Amino acid sequence: MRARVLIRPKAGILDPQGEAVQRALPALGFAGVANVHVGRLVELDVEDPAKLQSMCEKLLANPLVEDYEILIEN
Amino acid sequence: MRTEAPISRVWAKQIKEEARIWWAKARADDADMRRAQAREMKFGVLQFPGSCDEVDALQAARRVGDAELLWHGERDLRGADAIVVPGGFSYGDYLRAGAIARFAPVMEAVIEFAREGGLVLGICNGFQVLCEAHLLPGALLPNANLRFTFRQVALDVVNPDSAFTKACGYAAHPPRSLSIPAKHSWGRYHADERTLDELESNGQVVLRYSSGENFNGSLRDIAGVQNAAGNVFGLMPHPEHAVDELTGSTDGLCIFESMRLAVEGVRA
Repeated sequence: MRARVLIRPKAGILDPQGEAVQRALPALGFAGVANVHVGRLVELDVEDPAKLQSMCEKLLANPLVEDYEILIEN
Repeated sequence: MRTEAPISRVWAKQIKEEARIWWAKARADDADMRRAQAREMKFGVLQFPGSCDEVDALQAARRVGDAELLWHGERDLRGADAIVVPGGFSYGDYLRAGAIARFAPVMEAVIEFAREGGLVLGICNGFQVLCEAHLLPGALLPNANLRFTFRQVALDVVNPDSAFTKACGYAAHPPRSLSIPAKHSWGRYHADERTLDELESNGQVVLRYSSGENFNGSLRDIAGVQNAAGNVFGLMPHPEHAVDELTGSTDGLCIFESMRLAVEGVRA
């Protein structure tokens, strides 16, 4: 089964990458952009999607500073 | 005419011989004891694929004791009295700095060693590894300026009684500031507010960037923290690069010297 894990900085934690992108967009003429955050995408084929959460907690994300979202493709 | 030696002389000879043997044994025991006492403490310096500061860590440790490298695939710490997790880019910093190194076989032994109270020092990438392994609280995030930065930084010794800083000051001199180089792109220390309060009230914040020196955006200017038990310590700056006048400062040496004192204090 194909799965995607989206990992992003937890809300409230300084995200300098997001801020840099947010500052760069208006400079290129793209107005009206807010709350930009830059994270990571992990794509994987898994036999047992029930294990994904544990994978995220133990390795794919650092739950102290990152939120993760699991998306399963059907 | 041959006369028998007087019996007293025979005894005297025997007593002399026994005394000679006894003294030789006593001297040998004494020498063994002196050798045992003089046995230098041994640092084990880990080496992961991608480590790059393990040789400087080895050289720094050898200024205060014995030291040997421990490859990441080892499961035995070979009798090391203290462990140094060095800087570098273990496993290419893939995923997150320190995230993969934490699962190296040698780390299982280090985690066990730390749980039993053994001293563990993590420098830069080593600090990241110890946080990922949950041996230290918090996490290291990309520098606020998003740049790899290399500079000499001034650090305030906030906890001068730690097993890692007790040799950094003297009774007559309040804890001084240390001048040590830092070089990293993932050095912004982060923990939630409650954890930060706890760290401060428990004396777990060991080093802070001096005023104006916090270039990476670490919360509360934290440069180095220890665990609650006080036997695991991590810092982003590199004390092993500051052990010789040739490179401008010897302030890093006191971290290694403190560890030696702590190990010998336990042994005595």
